[in-house]
Amino acid sequence: MSLYTNRKRKSVITMMLCYGAAALGLSVLVIILATLIFMGARGINLDVFTQMTPPPGSTGGGLLNPIVGSLFMTGLGVAIGTPIGILAGTYLAEYGRHSRLSTIIRFLNDILLSAPSIVIGLFTYQILVAPVGHFSGFAGAVSLAILVIPVVVRTTENMLMLVPNPLREAASAMGMPRSLVIKNVAYKAAQAGMITGVLLAIARVSGETAPLLFTALNNQFMSTNMSAPMASLPAVIFQFALSPYVEWQQLAWTGALIITAAVLALSIGARALSSKRT
Amino acid sequence: MLTMPLPKTATKVKVSINNLKFFYGSSIALKGINLELNEREVTAFIGPSGCGKSTLLRVLNRMYDLYPNQRAEGEVLLDGENILSPKQDLNLLRSRIGMVFQKPTPFPMSIYDNIAFGIKLYEKISKSEMDGRVEAALKRGALWNEVKDKLSDNGLSLSGGQQQRLCIARTVAIKPEVILFDEPCSALDPVSTAKVEETIDELRTDYTIAIVTHNMQQAARVSQKTAFMYLGELMEFDDTQKIFTSPSNKRTQDYITGRFG
Repeated sequence: MSLYTNRKRKSVITMMLCYGAAALGLSVLVIILATLIFMGARGINLDVFTQMTPPPGSTGGGLLNPIVGSLFMTGLGVAIGTPIGILAGTYLAEYGRHSRLSTIIRFLNDILLSAPSIVIGLFTYQILVAPVGHFSGFAGAVSLAILVIPVVVRTTENMLMLVPNPLREAASAMGMPRSLVIKNVAYKAAQAGMITGVLLAIARVSGETAPLLFTALNNQFMSTNMSAPMASLPAVIFQFALSPYVEWQQLAWTGALIITAAVLALSIGARALSSKRT
Repeated sequence: MLTMPLPKTATKVKVSINNLKFFYGSSIALKGINLELNEREVTAFIGPSGCGKSTLLRVLNRMYDLYPNQRAEGEVLLDGENILSPKQDLNLLRSRIGMVFQKPTPFPMSIYDNIAFGIKLYEKISKSEMDGRVEAALKRGALWNEVKDKLSDNGLSLSGGQQQRLCIARTVAIKPEVILFDEPCSALDPVSTAKVEETIDELRTDYTIAIVTHNMQQAARVSQKTAFMYLGELMEFDDTQKIFTSPSNKRTQDYITGRFG
């Protein structure tokens, strides 16, 4: 009997610790979000989306060039990284499930997945900035693509692994070639999860600062030229937040709020997609 | 539903299995099987779990080829041609030998597409012709009346028994010559089971059928020939009636009377 009461007491204590940990984690998140909304929302107006970043000390101005730069680089980065990631994930889950090469790729991918993004930035700097002699939006996109790939590889593989083997067998048993089994049956069954993976990858890279500082640098003017330095929200936030000018600091808060809102929207979208699956 | 065996003179051998051995890695699962499947007959495979009956079925459409470390030795002749030959085109083979699995496996697409998909693999036909083929297949699968008003619904929205009949319809739609059933009713309720058995019985008029089952009454109901397997060997193979009334092998008798297995 005492054994039982003892166990019960332990259960209550553990439960309280769990609640405590959850509350701590959530309150940090709430504080961050609240501060962000409080500080950022008052700077939100139409100018933010239509004006370029202002020179130091002047009032007005907006975040048009970093918003456009972020969209360009994230867009191109995802466009480069997603196909590579999906193809690699497909190889791991479908063709090379039992091969030695897959084990190695999986291991390397895990390392890449947890590599500090600043290292990715330096790497891209070495291959795409230093040889060319100048920073560029293209180099920024490539560094983001390198961050996208491991995320997409991992989710694609995991989602395809969840597709039951009997489904593949059933498709093969109808005389369907392997490529069609994958394209029309396995992809279809794993679709929602794979899209979720891509959305999560976008969310992950859209807040990256370090790799962009080494590759795209920044640009205080509006530019859509991918071979020239390009502004991005994270880089502008970094620069403006550290500046002594109040107007710049306000724009940094506003930019941070915009990124957070965008990432939140993507995450919720990803959630909605993956819950639709079941 | 018990059907009388066809007169001996009407039968033609469709599949001939000669000294078939099968290996999972280094362990042997089939130890030299010799057996013939007759055209327009249902041959049932019974035996305790692990006796190799499903393995045997998976050799007939070379399903095992999907996995490394599995290999077959011996000869399996389909209309006189050895399908175990490395030259055999697997996709063509599988379009001639269809398979229905234990668990219903509708593809994640509409009911219509589940059927049309397989047809499109090997034939280029018009939309109206396709509509006709889909309808005919669903009728053969005894599913048409239940789904004719919701052909665009997802195949996964059907009940388990309906899903299995969809899988049968899908298999029939590509007009194979042989159909393999791997415990097609083990996940179904009695009503669905009866429907599937009825379907199998009707299919017999056009196809050569092999069915693996754990249910001996089912074997007795749907088949003309029965093979009893035990530990990778074929213990007895004869007319179903004979197997279930006067088996010549002691083990067969023990198994069908429920003394083991």
